Amino acid sequence: MADIKKLAELFKELDDQLVGCMKCGMCQAVCPVFGQTGRETDVTRGKLALLDGLANEMLTDAEGVNEQLNRCLLCGTCQSNCPSGVKIMDIFLKARAIMTGYFGLSPIKQAIFRGLLSNPKLFNSLMGMGSKFQGLFTKKVDDLLGSSCARFNAPVIKDRHFNTLAAKPLHKIVPEMDSPAGSSGLKVAFYTGCVIDKIFPHIGEAVLDVLNREGVGVYLPANQACCGIPALASGDTKTFDKLVAHNIRLFVEGDFDYLITACATCTATLKELWPRMFSGDSSLKYDIEQLEKKTMDISQFLVDVLKLEPIEGNGDRTVTYHDPCHLKNSLGVTSQPRAMIQAAGCTFKEMDEAGTCCGCGGSFNIAHYDLSKKIGSRKAENIMNSGAQTLATSCPACMLQITDMLSQKEAGMDVKHVIELYADGLCK
Amino acid sequence: MGAEKLIKDFEAIVGAENVMSSETDRHAYSYDAAVLDPVVPALVVRPDTSEALGLTTKLCNEHGIPLTVRGAGTNLSGGTIPHPGGVVVLTNGLNRILEINEEDMYAVVEPGVVTATFAAAAAKKGLFYPPDPGSQTVSTLGGNVAENAGGLRGLKYGVTKDYVMGMDFWDVNGELIKTGSRTVKCVTGYNLAGLMVASEGTLGVFDKIILKLVPPAQAAKSMMAIFPSMKAASETVAAIIANKIVPATLEMMDNFTIRAVEKFRGAGLPVDAAALLLIEVDGHPAQVEDEAAIVEKICKANGATELKVAKDAAERDAVWQARRDALPALAKLKPTCVLEDATVPRSKIPAMIEALEDISKKLDLTIGTFGHAGDGNLHPTILTDKRDKAEWARVEKGIDMIFDKALAMGGTLSGEHGIGLAKAKYLEQETSRGTLEYARRMKSVLDPKGILNPGKILSLQDLG
Ligand SMILES: Cc1cc2nc3c(=O)[nH]c(=O)nc-3n(C[C@H](O)[C@H](O)[C@H](O)COP(=O)(O)OP(=O)(O)OC[C@H]3O[C@@H](n4cnc5c(N)ncnc54)[C@H](O)[C@@H]3O)c2cc1C
Ligand code: SF4
Ligand code: SF4
Repeated sequence: MADIKKLAELFKELDDQLVGCMKCGMCQAVCPVFGQTGRETDVTRGKLALLDGLANEMLTDAEGVNEQLNRCLLCGTCQSNCPSGVKIMDIFLKARAIMTGYFGLSPIKQAIFRGLLSNPKLFNSLMGMGSKFQGLFTKKVDDLLGSSCARFNAPVIKDRHFNTLAAKPLHKIVPEMDSPAGSSGLKVAFYTGCVIDKIFPHIGEAVLDVLNREGVGVYLPANQACCGIPALASGDTKTFDKLVAHNIRLFVEGDFDYLITACATCTATLKELWPRMFSGDSSLKYDIEQLEKKTMDISQFLVDVLKLEPIEGNGDRTVTYHDPCHLKNSLGVTSQPRAMIQAAGCTFKEMDEAGTCCGCGGSFNIAHYDLSKKIGSRKAENIMNSGAQTLATSCPACMLQITDMLSQKEAGMDVKHVIELYADGLCK
Repeated sequence: MGAEKLIKDFEAIVGAENVMSSETDRHAYSYDAAVLDPVVPALVVRPDTSEALGLTTKLCNEHGIPLTVRGAGTNLSGGTIPHPGGVVVLTNGLNRILEINEEDMYAVVEPGVVTATFAAAAAKKGLFYPPDPGSQTVSTLGGNVAENAGGLRGLKYGVTKDYVMGMDFWDVNGELIKTGSRTVKCVTGYNLAGLMVASEGTLGVFDKIILKLVPPAQAAKSMMAIFPSMKAASETVAAIIANKIVPATLEMMDNFTIRAVEKFRGAGLPVDAAALLLIEVDGHPAQVEDEAAIVEKICKANGATELKVAKDAAERDAVWQARRDALPALAKLKPTCVLEDATVPRSKIPAMIEALEDISKKLDLTIGTFGHAGDGNLHPTILTDKRDKAEWARVEKGIDMIFDKALAMGGTLSGEHGIGLAKAKYLEQETSRGTLEYARRMKSVLDPKGILNPGKILSLQDLG
């Protein structure tokens, strides 16, 4: 193992941020992982203390600390509630980068991030092959949800019910687009994001459909790459930088008023992490900042900019809403998606703990499935207890997790993106 | 070899999954919310039954292992910083509310129940549990009892000790000691439950606690009054009480805190105000109306420049948001935040505020003060960076000076945050040598090997 002193030196860089934690312990009230385990190493205060311990050479088990660092959903709930205003997400992401620099990236992640994600064309064609063959390995269990459970008990698949890859991804349905502003006088760029492109292309179609109806021009460049969050969360800043640069170069080509996404995680990454964590070609900094200012969630755009009105006389369908962490905690967007549900004519019903994480957390769900399932299971219960027929949310990643959880409980509810409710007139 | 055998013994009691011995786990239980150096324990165990808690205590005693019970670890005085080589015993596996009795208005709880969870469960049954420390969303009832935690409602409703009707606790021999009862009146034997209150884990390990509940007030009214001087605000406090009105909450903020809160939230607080009072009266609706009118009059008569009475729930919430913001707003200003709680008789608040300003000037320290004006429990909050050695030395001097002043005014070292490690050295100054000797003799009989949270309250330094 490389020199632990060297590692301590690297962690000292975080000292100015770590020292802001006053160890009050208030994060115990909100951290979903701690909520399940009750272990101090799982809560923010404990994790920060471990990093501080490494920086000050009070600890030698760097591997143990790294393990703890990864038992985290990066949901940001602790940060948005921290009385001391500690920049917890910055600390965690930087710490993961330091750890990856020290331990190296696992061969699997290397293959995925550096080989696949950084190469959108290859990624797309391999995923395309996957969608043709996956039928061999999965069987439909809950037709309403459209999720599939593993026919063979592959270790990573466990007993989860997952949404299958779409037969035809969005980039095949609508390869690219550059339409002029219509009646609204506005034009937006659409960043699709991997999950919508490959698993939920229908959400992408719904977005385009609504924008078209509202007279908004669209810039949709071909060959979009991943936003980079999976790489960054794994401490792979190299791949992250590459992906950001690739995307920025695509989008500077367009001329638009706003950039919208229908994925909470992508929005938060573009707005918060691209400007703060990008360490590549510094000539792109300016463009990143300009793009950040224009970026918003689709419901924010429709409600705040286009001033969509709620429809009088609520429809038959009752809908409850789950706040994705990346919209609520990172960007403070909570009222607009709810307004969208009402604009779609649905009867809205608030659930308990609507703002609590669903437990997905990107690769957390894969590495700590049992924990993720416990957190998600509580979410599912709150959803079911709301008495609504449909669960709506604003993040396709949350949709994957919630679909899994509701399907396992045979809830008989459907899971929709708010834009689908609106575009498809599901409440009329 | 011996250590391994011991781990096996603990595992046999609490189960292997509840014994934590890795470096990371131990490091994560080396601190609490006090600004003190961490001490890493040898082992951490989490009993999840009453019997396991008793057996754990007994096993520690048999081997002479120091034992520190830990609830949420939010105390501000080092009460859960373990002794070197000691065991930390977690109570969050013991978090069941065993009974809420509506007819007799009491509840029986395990020590690891979170304060706010319990208060909400009581509220669901139409009952009220008043003690509301600022940490209530995470603090445990066991920790509250062991620190005699207070809160915003102390003036009218009292503090945790006023709600402890009885308890079962484990002594070092693993005997279950029973004290108090489910009845309002009880004189059966010594009031050992009273002795356990504020004992900070040094005399026994709480198992089940019987807590009193009261009917909730039917109505409440909140207001915010702004004053041109601290003296005018303090005189208002004295006048309210002299008029036989006991508000449920009577909170104060100094100019520094007002400015910090305004910068933080931007809710429109007057940044040039010298002091601000937040007042809530509660009770029967008619009484609330009467009292609110009198309080309003008193505020004006004492020179309040502005008075805002909350008209609805949203406005009431805005009033209390300002108070809830006090600590976060201050804490964000500097890396380290030392939250003190020296307490003086109510009438001495202006003098204490003056003394604090004096100390802050003399030592060049940033101090923001807010707190419970109704009961004289102030929270001078020193903002600093503990890495700045020179300033840190001045902070320590400042803390000494704050205590000197508080004691000189007939006050006390700590209103609610406890003694722990942080204030043990000042204890004799407030009490007497004889008092400490008495306490030591008592402790040495009840805990002959001195395993129960050594060094807390009773310092180990001057033992000789
Ligand atoms: C932001 C913040 C705000 C706060 N506001 C207030 C406030 O308004 N009023 C106030 O009074 N305090 C306040 N505190 C201090 C602290 O929250 C209280 O002292 C609280 O009661 C501690 O509860 P805990 O569960 O965290 O106990 P811990 O910190 O875990 O333990 C406290 C003490 O209790 C002992 N103990 C715990 N459980 C047991 C048991 N079962 N048997 C025997 N001993 C036991 C421990 O050994 C220790 O000595 C605040 C703290 C913070 C960080
Ligand atoms: S809430 Fe913030 S300051 Fe408090 S312990 Fe957690 S991270 Fe630290
Ligand atoms: S980001 Fe979420 S999971 Fe991670 S420590 Fe914070 S609250 Fe817990």
